[in-house]
Amino acid sequence: MITLKINGQQKNWDGDPDLPLLWFLRDEAGLTGTKYGCGQALCGACTVIVDKQAVRACVTSVSDVVGREVTTIEGLHPTGDHAVQKAWRQLNVPQCGFCQAGQIMQAAALLNDNPKPNHDQIREAMAGNICRCGCYQRIENAVHLASTGV
Amino acid sequence: MIMNIRTNPKKLRGFEHYVKVDNVSRRSILKGLGLAGGFVLAAPVMSRPALAAYQTGADKMPHGTVVDPRVFVAIAPDGIVTIVAHRAEMGTGVRTSLPMIVAEEMEADWSRVRIQQAHGDEVKFGNQDTDGSRSTRHYLIPMRQIGASARSMLETAAAKRWGVPAAEVKAVNHEVVHSATSRRIGFGDLAADAAKESVPSVEGLKLKDPKDFRYLGKGQISVVDLRDITVGTARYGADVRLPGMKYAVIARPPVTGGKVASFDGSAAMKVSGYQEVMAGSAWPWRSSVQPLGGGAVIARKTGDATKGRNAVKIVWDDGPNGKYESAAYRAELEAAARKPGLVLRKEGDVEAALKGADKVITGEYYLPHLAHVAMEPPVAVANVSGDKAEIWGPVQSAGGTREDVAKTLGIPEANVTVNVTLLGGGFGRKSKCDFAIEAALLSKELGAPVKVQWTREDDVRTGFLHTVSVERIEAGLDKSGKVTAWRHRSVAPTIASTFAAGAKNQAPFEIGMGLVDMPFEIANVQCENPEAAAHHRIGWFRSVSNIPRAFAVQSMVAEIAKATNRDPKDMLLELIGSPRIVKLDSVKDLWNYGEPYDSYPIDTARLRKVVELVADKGGWGRSVPKGHGLGIAAHRSFVSYVATIVEVAVDDKGKLTVLRVDTAIDCGTYVNPERIQSQIEGAAIMGMSLAKHGAITFKDGKVQQGNFDDFPVIRMDEAPGVTNVYIVPPGPDTPPSGVGEPGVPPFAPALINAIFAATGKRIRAMPIGKQLEA
Repeated sequence: MITLKINGQQKNWDGDPDLPLLWFLRDEAGLTGTKYGCGQALCGACTVIVDKQAVRACVTSVSDVVGREVTTIEGLHPTGDHAVQKAWRQLNVPQCGFCQAGQIMQAAALLNDNPKPNHDQIREAMAGNICRCGCYQRIENAVHLASTGV
Repeated sequence: MIMNIRTNPKKLRGFEHYVKVDNVSRRSILKGLGLAGGFVLAAPVMSRPALAAYQTGADKMPHGTVVDPRVFVAIAPDGIVTIVAHRAEMGTGVRTSLPMIVAEEMEADWSRVRIQQAHGDEVKFGNQDTDGSRSTRHYLIPMRQIGASARSMLETAAAKRWGVPAAEVKAVNHEVVHSATSRRIGFGDLAADAAKESVPSVEGLKLKDPKDFRYLGKGQISVVDLRDITVGTARYGADVRLPGMKYAVIARPPVTGGKVASFDGSAAMKVSGYQEVMAGSAWPWRSSVQPLGGGAVIARKTGDATKGRNAVKIVWDDGPNGKYESAAYRAELEAAARKPGLVLRKEGDVEAALKGADKVITGEYYLPHLAHVAMEPPVAVANVSGDKAEIWGPVQSAGGTREDVAKTLGIPEANVTVNVTLLGGGFGRKSKCDFAIEAALLSKELGAPVKVQWTREDDVRTGFLHTVSVERIEAGLDKSGKVTAWRHRSVAPTIASTFAAGAKNQAPFEIGMGLVDMPFEIANVQCENPEAAAHHRIGWFRSVSNIPRAFAVQSMVAEIAKATNRDPKDMLLELIGSPRIVKLDSVKDLWNYGEPYDSYPIDTARLRKVVELVADKGGWGRSVPKGHGLGIAAHRSFVSYVATIVEVAVDDKGKLTVLRVDTAIDCGTYVNPERIQSQIEGAAIMGMSLAKHGAITFKDGKVQQGNFDDFPVIRMDEAPGVTNVYIVPPGPDTPPSGVGEPGVPPFAPALINAIFAATGKRIRAMPIGKQLEA
């Protein structure tokens, strides 16, 4: 039996300890905001925050996060009003929206680490998160907006 | 009584009418279904000319349009107005835009409007095929009529209650007002009475004066799913979870048309969470939507099912496509393009004109297969029980999915419910519902709800790829540098090959995308289509054949400019020629995106205008540093006009940077300019992805790529520095035209032309890849 802490809540798991965290979140815990996009840490759609780091849940096993705090998009802010979420809405960032939870979690981790990233730092930090609709210009602007106060 | 439904059950979906198929009457079972259900009224066909200044091809689509307000609008006693969104949301904003049109016309307050997604039912809602950049152009007028009908019914109910003539009352911002007596009643209080009113005749409807619009054309309203998307509660196909649901991942034949020769699931049984493994039979691969067959692994979690699937040992019989190899196939296409093909357009005598030309410039342009790689890979949930089926999934064609699931299971369409989730990107891939059929078949077999999840590798390797093509253009010039001859041969396996075995010529809906509709003013023109056999499933990909055509035609314009020492923008305008409506009398079937030519002609004045606008706003001709270059391209597609300028920098190691993109679009009358801007911004990224990186290649019949490492797309660190968008203000009564796709085609040639301006290197084979490093 493995015990996990997700969005401040204890969750138990008695299955395969190697199961990727992504599928525990989605299929077991019902936290479907975290998305499957590639399964190989290539696209960032499954990005969650573990302790303070953005990690790809598709290549992180449930046993890897025992004793650590996992935060998903559902737990980023109690009312969904994290500065990054607000900036996203203000600039109408999403198109299809599927990658955006991962983008938002990556941006939140970036700002936690570097509250005032410059243009190049934003582009570098967000380069692991693919948006096939091509919302990059707005993502970049929204991260900048979130860093300067929404 | 009015005819508020225009169904045409004989009309086929998916362009089968262009090719020979056996099951031509498959939609005839729909006849009368909606009438029996009592949702709609039977009445004479309405005459559209009186209702709008233009006609569209909407009524030629399967089931046409429905304009009954009682189908699309519901008003609760508390005043909340629910409007049905009957098209699929894949990022274009249509789930917001179409209901917004209804709200505008009925004077509903948007903050008191809720959206309900329609399930698949085209008799009730009209055509639901969300593709071809058609939603706004086909539904602007019908949605306005629905809103106006609802407004009229509310006004009539209020007038009766007050005992005043209906002409004295007016709906304003969610209430009806009698200004003479300063009386007002909210929509909620009127709802029950209004519902008893008969639906007014469409002919008598008075539409709002556009100067009174509050929402249309303003771009002030965010998409309805915006908040849900930012907090993780927006529901996509994969987010559907049912009690007792099983998870399936399928091993499909790696070669199109292949079959299972032997199947050993014993290793999969050792995977934790494994439940069972099933061998599926293969369907004929040429079928347009049917699954490929293979073997399915069922498990408690998607992760376990994937692990089990990867452990299954299958020996495949590859069949006739097992030798498909991309380099050899390219040589075949090139050889075909150098010989005459089926003549599709002929003006003057191109052969004589080329022979007599002072100079002939020839360009051969190659574009490999592309994969859609929407961020959400195909996925669907099905629950089949007895002779009933319910589907949940990200499908672009809800009505088509219903029809195809019913047909596959052998049950009546009325017994199939298709729930449309949000689509995590579509780009044409999700016009095919094979993944929903897979879920339905497995659910029937297992007697339980099943989710079928495609892995990214499944998506890249076994989807419906964009075609592979060679476009060969020969331009003959006279002594003054004027182009007098233009021969364009296009060779590519056709989408029609998925409907009819052995189809080797492109269908009208492919040749009409930038080949026969080429707008240049040239005396001698010939367009030809030599044959090409398909060895993989070819499908629709955002903007389809316009990608290779714009690449070829707009590259050739710049090549002619170079050869005659002229500015590429001036050359482009010279070739477009005088402002005129292009006449294409020699073209037998000018598809014109399904639109009547009277309403949607090829208007070179509009094409010139986007070129001039983007040249002005985008600073064409500005001086740029050494190693930088500007490129321009313009293209009409989906009956819209788009021109793009790209500025690049290429360093001495060949590293490419896109500094700036400027795009002008004329899409006629528009609804939501903010979403048009986002579509054009995204089109630049998709155009850049395919130009820089896009290549699916085959060896031994198998796709060699599998994920974002070997099929890369543009990431933020390579994205353009800035993308500016300019929308041409529409003239009065200019019909709306496409937005979702037309931004893509001109991007790649503008980029390629910019690279030429920066480096002198002319790229004729995409992707750019490492070509600049040499």
